[in-house]
Amino acid sequence: MTETREISIKVPVLARVEGEGALDLDISNGQIQNLKLRIYEPPRYFEKFLEGRSYAEIPDIVARICGICPVAYQMSAVQAIESAFTCEPGPWVQAMRRLMYCGEWIESHALHIHLLAAPDFLGYGSITEMAADYPAEVRRGLRIQGLGNEIIRFLGGRSVHPVGVRAGGFHSAPKERDAIALRMKLEAALADAESLVRWVADMKRPQYEQAFISVAMHNGERYPMYEGRIMTDQGLECAVADFEQHFQEQQVPYSTALHCRLHGEPYLVGPLARLNLNHTLLPESIQSLCRELGLVWPSRNMFQSIIARAIEIYFVLVEAICLLADYQQDTPYQEIKPKAAIGYGCTEAPRGLLWHRYEFNDRGEIVSARIVPPTSQNQARIEQDIARSLQSFGLDKSDDQLRLQAEMVIRNYDPCISCSTHFLKLNAARR
Amino acid sequence: MRRVLVWMWKVKPSQKPDLHPRVSVHKFSSCDGCQLAFLNAGEDLLTLSQLVEIVHFAEAGMVAPEAEVDIAFIEGSISTPDEARRIRAIREKSKYLITIGACATAGGIQALRNGADSDAWRAAVYPAPQFIESLATSTAIAQHVRVDLELWGCPVNSRQVFSATRDLLSGVVPAPVRDSVCLECKRQGNVCVMVAQQTPCLGPVTQTGCGALCPRHDRGCYGCYGSSENPNTAALANQLRLIGLSDQEIARQFQFINNQAPVFAAAAKQALSHND
Repeated sequence: MTETREISIKVPVLARVEGEGALDLDISNGQIQNLKLRIYEPPRYFEKFLEGRSYAEIPDIVARICGICPVAYQMSAVQAIESAFTCEPGPWVQAMRRLMYCGEWIESHALHIHLLAAPDFLGYGSITEMAADYPAEVRRGLRIQGLGNEIIRFLGGRSVHPVGVRAGGFHSAPKERDAIALRMKLEAALADAESLVRWVADMKRPQYEQAFISVAMHNGERYPMYEGRIMTDQGLECAVADFEQHFQEQQVPYSTALHCRLHGEPYLVGPLARLNLNHTLLPESIQSLCRELGLVWPSRNMFQSIIARAIEIYFVLVEAICLLADYQQDTPYQEIKPKAAIGYGCTEAPRGLLWHRYEFNDRGEIVSARIVPPTSQNQARIEQDIARSLQSFGLDKSDDQLRLQAEMVIRNYDPCISCSTHFLKLNAARR
Repeated sequence: MRRVLVWMWKVKPSQKPDLHPRVSVHKFSSCDGCQLAFLNAGEDLLTLSQLVEIVHFAEAGMVAPEAEVDIAFIEGSISTPDEARRIRAIREKSKYLITIGACATAGGIQALRNGADSDAWRAAVYPAPQFIESLATSTAIAQHVRVDLELWGCPVNSRQVFSATRDLLSGVVPAPVRDSVCLECKRQGNVCVMVAQQTPCLGPVTQTGCGALCPRHDRGCYGCYGSSENPNTAALANQLRLIGLSDQEIARQFQFINNQAPVFAAAAKQALSHND
């Protein structure tokens, strides 16, 4: 039956996402005529006020792009600085950076699962409502999130805008007794992490398969967090320095976040894309848990993203425990010698690829900066997804049902809107 | 302030045992890090939701931006015309307004763009700048509406927001402590990074509240908690000169997280106009 009513749905404030976004939807004659994910997060112009600053100031500045993933910004930044000034920080620093990233993935994914997404799947408006009926699960989630913050504090002093990271390494090396204490806490949480995967896998979720391009880092040796090349599931593979040859940013009139496309096409970054491209690098124990739960990778169902996050939490918990084994204090950083150069950095933020490019003068001051956050890269894909998902869901559903479904689709991407702007009021008109 | 205390005295627990103050958390131009003082607090977040009624907190799932509340927490600076309108509307509907973090208290690090050619900057980042609506400046909330309490930090931490909430629930005016970071270093027994390592440090003129994190990590304070009481920025600038910083480098120390806080803005200006 052709839907002939006119539908206008506006979501003025998307709840349970980070940052400020809204959704406009026009439906006419049973077809979606217009769909816009409006990012109205005010631009803060980081790429401009970075100009003229010293390389040494970059980690503290770029952390302020995002409160949930400051470590990601610091990691991509120091990688870019070290690539420009040809500094190789050494294995202790690399291991500690990976450990710090484990902390952020745990904190960010746990926050997303429990505060932002699980209420959707279980039918609640907020975590506090959900806590009344799921007290043990909510408390477990908050414990896990807290552990992620502890790992970041171990290396950075505080979990939001940590102070420990610098170009060349870290300002100071944590004490061995603190490493031992942290490791014991992480080991005690392994059972929680596994039961979180089981709880999330058990939630009823829509089964919508879609075709999309997955893009993630890949190094063939370890599940990618801090190093590798950029890879797609369409066979493209390139060095971090060649990102701009394949991925272009463009502005759309209704969004303060620039859209990014791969040779003109939308694409997906983030936990689902990472797992799709790297699941064989998970430890065997986790791969076997996936098999037991009937989870198959690669997956084309975006509603599987919440499970991907739970699996990544489990994985990085195991990884953090390994990285802390036999921890020893060492020289925390290498000296940096600035020179006129261009540097590139790309790491896997919790939400996906985060790419930085800096050009420096011979005093190590920034001449120009470019930062491409994961949520910018997902914007085109989110719009494509909402259009297809609502079509499958059925445009004859009520406005409220359509609105909620669209919001759930958006939340699958865990958008970090403050990042994507640097620099669900769902407005749907049906005719 | 008297208004708030009168409100508090009216509500005696014995008379109205089930009354919860209504609380909102609003975001403006920011990184969203200060809200995490609530969302990273673990169990304390659940406890808070039992002590108060959280009426609006978009990221946590409660959306009611126009609701009347007893306490409004404001994160972020004002950098668009729409934000300037929105904060005035919130002020009308809130009995007690608390700004949290550098963006709300001082305009944030993004206030570094104040004074730049904003049209040129917009055009540099956005190919079609005519679609981007933003003001030429990023300004603190207090430049637009009356603020009842300022919590400084970048970010603020859970202890700050919960202790202010507890104070208000107990009918007490929150009293900020404005010791400098130096006092905290002395309490902790930290070695002074400026004296021992010649590392530039803003600790002598910066409020503590962070626990002297940076000196504990063998680096200098960079001022993320704003200016302390009795800040002697001229004396600190001289000390930084003795370490070997140029006037431009000294100015840049102050032109950072809280660059538009009056004490830091003045110190930067003074450094730039310094003549040897």
